[in-house]
Order: sequence, then C-alpha cells, then structure tokens
Amino acid sequence: MALPDSPRTAVSNPPTQTFIENLGPGDVIKRSATERLPKPQRELTPVAKLIDVSKCIGCKACQSACIEWNDTHPAVGENVGVYTNPHDLSSEMFTLMRFEEWDNPDTGNLEWLIRKDGCMHCAEPGCLEACPSPGAIVQYSNGIVDFDHDNCIGCGYCIKGCPFDIPRVSKTDHKAYKCTLCSDRVAVGQGPACAKACPTKAITFGTKEDMKALASERITDLKSRGYENAGLYDPEGVGGTHVMYVLHHADKPHIYSDLVDKPKVSPVVHAWKGATRTAGLAAVGLAAVAALAHGLFARADKVTAEDDARAREVLDKGEPGNRA
Amino acid sequence: MTNNELIEPGDEILPGDPPRIVRYPPAVRINHWITATAMVLLILSGVAMFWPPLFFLTAIFGGGQWARFLHPWIGVILVVSFAILASRFWRGNLWLRADLDWSAHIGDLVSGHEERMPEIGKFNAGQKFVFWVMMLLILAMLASGLVIWQEYFGGMTSIPVQREALLVHWIGASLIILVLILHVYAGIWVRGSFDAMVRGWVSPGWAWRHHRLWFRRLAGRSESPGDAPV
Ligand code: HEM
Ligand code: SF4
Repeated sequence: MALPDSPRTAVSNPPTQTFIENLGPGDVIKRSATERLPKPQRELTPVAKLIDVSKCIGCKACQSACIEWNDTHPAVGENVGVYTNPHDLSSEMFTLMRFEEWDNPDTGNLEWLIRKDGCMHCAEPGCLEACPSPGAIVQYSNGIVDFDHDNCIGCGYCIKGCPFDIPRVSKTDHKAYKCTLCSDRVAVGQGPACAKACPTKAITFGTKEDMKALASERITDLKSRGYENAGLYDPEGVGGTHVMYVLHHADKPHIYSDLVDKPKVSPVVHAWKGATRTAGLAAVGLAAVAALAHGLFARADKVTAEDDARAREVLDKGEPGNRA
Repeated sequence: MTNNELIEPGDEILPGDPPRIVRYPPAVRINHWITATAMVLLILSGVAMFWPPLFFLTAIFGGGQWARFLHPWIGVILVVSFAILASRFWRGNLWLRADLDWSAHIGDLVSGHEERMPEIGKFNAGQKFVFWVMMLLILAMLASGLVIWQEYFGGMTSIPVQREALLVHWIGASLIILVLILHVYAGIWVRGSFDAMVRGWVSPGWAWRHHRLWFRRLAGRSESPGDAPV
C-alpha cells in the first residue's frame, strides 16, 4: 500500500507491511464548535459498514467483540423475556442487537427482525452540530464520526442532536460514548471488531463504494426470493451514512425496532444553533452598543441643587424618621 | 395607603448631615448581590457553552466539565435567591394605573426632563418591568434548564422536548441579558442608584427627584402630593 488509507475489509489479518497510522488531525474534515478548520492534508477513501439484516442470526458475537475491543463493562442485567440484552445502548454498550417480532400482514408470517443498532456515522452528523465543546466530536475524511473524550464536557447535547438516539453519557466519567466504527483499528489497517467477529458476514466492512455494490447484489438476491421491497438504507436526510443496512422491507424501516424512516437533523436543532443564535447574539450586541452610546453622548440623570433644596424643605417641615 | 406609597420594612430616614434615606437594609443588599453574582456566573458559563468563540470562558470555572457541572447548580442558587428577593419586592412592584401615566412620559425621562414625570413611589414602571420580566424569564430558565439537565433529568423527557427546551433556554438567556443591560445601564445612568444597592442609602435630593411619593411618605408628608413640580 503506497499511501496509508483506510482498510478495504474486516476479514483480513493485520497487515504485515508498515502501515503509517492515519486518522490524525490532518484527516479531520469537521470538528465540533470549530468554524475555521485547517484544510485536511489528504482525502481518505470513504468507508462503510454494511449490515445485512437478512443474514443476521442474532448470535451477538458483534456485541461481544465490541465489548472486548473497547474494553467496556456493561452491568449484568435482568432477563425480562426478550432477547435484546442489555435493554438499551449505554456508555458501556456501543452496539445492540434489537429483536422484534413482526406480523407480516401480507403473508401472515411472523418474522423475527434483528437489527444491530449503533451509531450510523452520518455524513451530516447532528451530534457534531449540537456539540458545544471544540474538538469533542470530529469527522474524518473516510466518514468516521468520532468522540474525543479529552474534550468532552458531558453536557449531553449530542444526544439531543442525534436523529437516531445513539450517544449515551457515562454516569461514571460524565463523558459521551458511542460506536467509533473502531477508528483505532481502522487507523492501523484493521476493520471494525464487530465485522471481524460476525460468523455469517451479515456485517461487512470496506470502501463505501464496495459496500454499495455488495448491497445491490444482496438486494437482487433477496428480490429474486420474494422480498420485493428489499433495499439499502443509506438515508439521504443526513447526507447518507457510513453504516448502512440491507433491509428485506426497506419500504418500512420502522418495523426494525423503530429505525427512523426518514432521519434528518431536527429543524429545532438547526434553529437553536443557527438563526436564533445569530439573532440573540446580534440583539445583545446592539443593546450593549446602544447603552454605551447613550452613556457617552447623553447627559446623565443627576440630582440637581434644586432637588436637594426641595428635599430639605420637605424634611424640615416634616418629622424625619417618623413613619406616621 | 396605596401601593404607590408603599414603604418596605427597613426604609427610614436617618438624621445627620446629609440625612440618609435608607432604601435597602443590609440583608436585602446581600440578597441582591448574591442574585447578581449567580446571574453573572450563569451568563458566563452558559454563553461559554453556547457560543464557541467564548468557550474559553469555561476556564473561569476550571474547564468545560466544571462549567457544565456548576452551571445548573448556580441556577438553583439563583432561583432560590431571587425567590427570597421577590418575596420582599413583589408588593412594591404591583402594577398601578399611575405606572401607565409614568410610562407615557418615558420620552421625557430619556431626554433628560425627569422633572416633567409624574411623581412615583418606591419603584417606577421601568423597575417594575424589569422585576416582572425577570421573574418570568427566570421561571422559564428553570423549567427549560431542568429538562436539559442531563445528569439527573436526561431520561425524564423525550428528546424532541429536550431540543425545544434548549431553544427556549437560549432565547430566554438572550432576553435575560437584554433586560440585564437595561437594568445595569439604568443603575449607572441614574446617578446615585448604585449607592442605594451598595451602601444602602440615598440622599434626600435623590429620593425627591426619583421616588417622590415614597420620599414624601417617609418624611411624613404624604398629605401634599399636589406640590407643583419644579
Ligand atoms: C437565569 C439565568 C440563566 C442563564 C442566563 C442561563 C444560560 C444558559 C445558557 C446560555 C446555556 C447554554 C445553552 C445552549 O448551549 O444553548 C445554558 C445551559 C444550561 N443551563 Fe442555563 N441559564 C440560566 C439558568 C439555569 C437554571 C435555573 C438551570 C437549571 C436549574 C439551568 C440549567 C442549564 C443546563 C442543565 C444547561 C446545559 C449545560 C449544563 O448541563 O450545564 N440554567 N444556560
Ligand atoms: S448516528 Fe447520531 S451519534 Fe452517530 S454520527 Fe449520526 S448523529 Fe452522530
């Protein structure tokens, strides 16, 4: 590999040739709370993780691999009669198999839908837009959206910005966590841990282009087997994502444990970080300037000798201190 | 006695040269300055988290994590402190017909002809406006602030509601800053007002010029409101 770039697959073993670590500051294309970012030094090939729900057997090897690689420690939970375990994403669980039983009204079949939930690595990440702390969230030119915990202040704004309800703030260190797309593995030529662990290749990793090609093969296959609505989930509303799904019912993503049908960063978030911010700051600035100008150019409201004299008259005639 | 002539506990005239007209006794001043300090700290820590060019202000609090942690707690202090202040001030700030009259003459005040203004009691319409608007805004900040307080209330409301709360919290913050500019500027422009809140008393001339009904009543001369203005 002449130029160090992102890996093309998750199945290969670690590269034996020298691989200069990438995903450094020179690869950052967006940085939270930072307007003027130095031009990236190069452009990495966009990567993607493809999750083919039709191939998933629900074994949770990906979850185990995620815990293993990221060295997290989700608490032992309680069985409430569902396969989803733990019950939700957490600061210790970056990816979660969500299980759903769906009655297909067309066929009368009960379908067991399993979706691996986690950060979608949006091209237009709402978390990054909402984040108030410079450099706590970055996006690399290969598409990975990563949290830099040294800069995270724990406010939870990323949670409010994300259209997929993904980030979680740790109760222990008060920092936000989510799937990193194994940026620390990708940086040294390795694919994500979950993709490497998946026994059925329901999770694959490579360039986004390759993953789209692979997806379309899979979709053709699914269609030929009666899933006429099979399709790719790469939602345009957030500029496309670097984690994509092959869904056998792509016309209704919500049946997969509430996958958002048409995700986009909320207009309220845009208004908060955009127009109302500008308007508020401008109003405050103008008022400060007006007050300053009035203070400099208008006569101050001073007590006159006349006022003093009249006041003394009242006091002399009255009884000072007597409240009557 | 109408509210216009309300005298608050501790208001009195101390004989001497010049006589000192006590406007805010020590407990009230301490209460006011705790409120003001909390407010300034809230604005500094809040704006630091809102506008990246000011993020460096978090250093005052010991860094971003500290600013994020302290801000809501300072907010709680502010709400409690303001509530105590309001329990004293609300009565004197009730809106009266006379306040409309005063407001209609606001142009005279700004153009430097306060002598043309109607006589008023302890608080004028401008001060009453600041008081009530502040109260409303602080309540809005409290409500929206609790919703976005991730540590304790993060799971209690839905994310769409939290987004709206963030928007409300910012709009409220900018309005509060605007009202504060008005409040502080009025205190500076009307010379002698700061003294009232710093050392607690004002001169007879000041009381005569700015709060004549209150002054007359204090001096036991409330029977002569018909005195022609200068
Ligand atoms: C009344 C004065 C207050 C002002 C001027 C103020 C201002 C601000 C501002 C400008 C922000 C940043 C918002 C953004 O990024 O859009 C903020 C954040 C926040 N405020 Fe306030 N606020 C006030 C009172 C309160 C109160 C009473 C509470 C709650 C009890 C509160 C809780 C919060 C919370 C939880 C945040 C999010 C950051 C954090 O967790 O520290 N604020 N505030
Ligand atoms: S899914 Fe959420 S956390 Fe992940 S990049 Fe998109 S907005 Fe950010």
